[in-house]
Amino acid sequence: MTRARALQVAGVVAALAAAVAFPQVFTNPAVTNYGVFAMIFVAVASAWNTFSGFSGYISLGHAVFFGSGAYAVGVAARDWHVGGAGVFGLMPLGAAVGALIAVPFGLVALRVRRHTFIVITIAMFFIFQLMAYNFSFTGGSSGLDAPFLSWNLQTFNNPFYYTALACAVAATAVAWLIRRSRFGLQLRAIRDDEDRARGLGVHAMRVKLAAFVLSAAITGLVGGLWFYYIAQVEPSTGFDPLFDLFVVLMAFLGGLGTVSGPVLGALIIEPGQLYLTTVFTNAYLSEILLGALFLVVVLFMPRGVIPTGAEWITKLRTRGRPAATSMPQAPGPTAVQEAQATQEAPR
Amino acid sequence: MSVLLRTEGVHKSYGGVRALDDCTVEIGEGEVAGLIGPNGSGKTTLFNVITGYAKADAGEVYLGGRRITNIAPDKVFALGIGRTFQLTRIFASLTVMENMLVASKHGRASARKRAMEQLEFVGIAGHHAAQAGTLSYGQRKLLELAYVLVAEPAIVLLDEPAGGVNLTLVNHIANRIRELNAAGVTFLIVEHNMEFVMGLCHQVTVLDSGTVVAAGPPAIVRTDRRVLDAYLGEDPDAEDLEAAEEALEPGVGEDA
Repeated sequence: MTRARALQVAGVVAALAAAVAFPQVFTNPAVTNYGVFAMIFVAVASAWNTFSGFSGYISLGHAVFFGSGAYAVGVAARDWHVGGAGVFGLMPLGAAVGALIAVPFGLVALRVRRHTFIVITIAMFFIFQLMAYNFSFTGGSSGLDAPFLSWNLQTFNNPFYYTALACAVAATAVAWLIRRSRFGLQLRAIRDDEDRARGLGVHAMRVKLAAFVLSAAITGLVGGLWFYYIAQVEPSTGFDPLFDLFVVLMAFLGGLGTVSGPVLGALIIEPGQLYLTTVFTNAYLSEILLGALFLVVVLFMPRGVIPTGAEWITKLRTRGRPAATSMPQAPGPTAVQEAQATQEAPR
Repeated sequence: MSVLLRTEGVHKSYGGVRALDDCTVEIGEGEVAGLIGPNGSGKTTLFNVITGYAKADAGEVYLGGRRITNIAPDKVFALGIGRTFQLTRIFASLTVMENMLVASKHGRASARKRAMEQLEFVGIAGHHAAQAGTLSYGQRKLLELAYVLVAEPAIVLLDEPAGGVNLTLVNHIANRIRELNAAGVTFLIVEHNMEFVMGLCHQVTVLDSGTVVAAGPPAIVRTDRRVLDAYLGEDPDAEDLEAAEEALEPGVGEDA
């Protein structure tokens, strides 16, 4: 194992240990509440990144899966009279519903490329929000309430925290495994040049759809947990237009297409947003500040904290000299061609 | 020699423009075939139709005896037709090695080993860990050739392999093509560099306005009146003719 690798492993272990110890150290429910939301968004941002970050297809419709997961668990708990901790057992249903919706959604939306895809995901989002408002089984505009839990208020958050942590770890592990796999390589090839990838035997539609469905399943799973935690879901909160903007911001801030980036982004933005909302009471102010943060990220770290940070560290280490990789000249490109080649900035 | 790739009466129009008009081309197994013609004569469109990037309005494409008209690019590739693009297309954010593995069907370890061998073969193995976006134009051309070869296609379609690269690299690429051909790979090459085509190809097909105007060994095609017409317009004066014949002369590109 190289030193860098050992450091990485140590970092992951330390982060996990800190995450497990967190509610034991900070026992104030107001603080563990931050933890629950942070873990929920780590899971969602990782899941979103596994599709959008790797494939380059930016989805602004993941709230469809989040909300559908929440509603699926809510409707099942109500109609099957599930109560107490048993509702946790319904979470896989949220995943299944998310995945089921993602199949036709993906088959339609993934036919088009890039910008058009984004527009279609937004349209899908509004269709689902409208359906939640208008169907009777979703409870219309008043939404659904979760079964009441008579747990000790001091430790009420802990079961939610650990379940959310498990989801976050699983989602990040899935992202990591995919990033290293042949499937992940094909996704990233699609991001760079989909047509070229198809010409090299990549079944682009199949690969994109598989990633989309997987991402939706995790998002639906977490949606179910979120519903149970906040104890209710309404069309405007389950299908929240700001949900996707937050998730996208988390991924961009940390580093789109990296495994650790969305995790870091979620850990910064979600507690930050909750804190600002509490401090300023005016919810819009935190949103304005987040908008400003987004502009700063785009201006100064367009690739996100993780990739840009890694670059800075390399620069510091090598003190401005190029990294020590041997680069023998292949048969000769001319100066003009070199100039052409460097115009294309690596992503 | 049996025919490996055949297009039969292919038509393709873009709006009112007839890019391909009753285009019939045959490539024999084991050949290095050249496809030449003036700009806009339909060479790249023919590549696109063969490899599934464009749908033929009419006509058929056969690989061996198998009809492959209008099937998707990924399936065309799986059947053994690899291609490169005129403007090289590599995966800029992936490393050179990752680029190589996109088309690979082997397990991880053996795929890497084979990829490394191909990179050594084209001469850019030293860059395997570099991000492909940092490669020079010439190196990108070599990478594109190398990753197409990974899946061991029966026939490789090269769109201007010598375009925009210096003479040393042109000769390097020509020699790689000869070696691969000796190992059994068939080639169809679109190229404007006549020395390259005439020195390398066994058969040359000439397209003009989407139609085949001549086909045969380079020596014969070179002096064909219709070919000269296609390049120079009809009734060229004697001086132009001489210049054109000179341009179509074989020679360089044999060995570096």
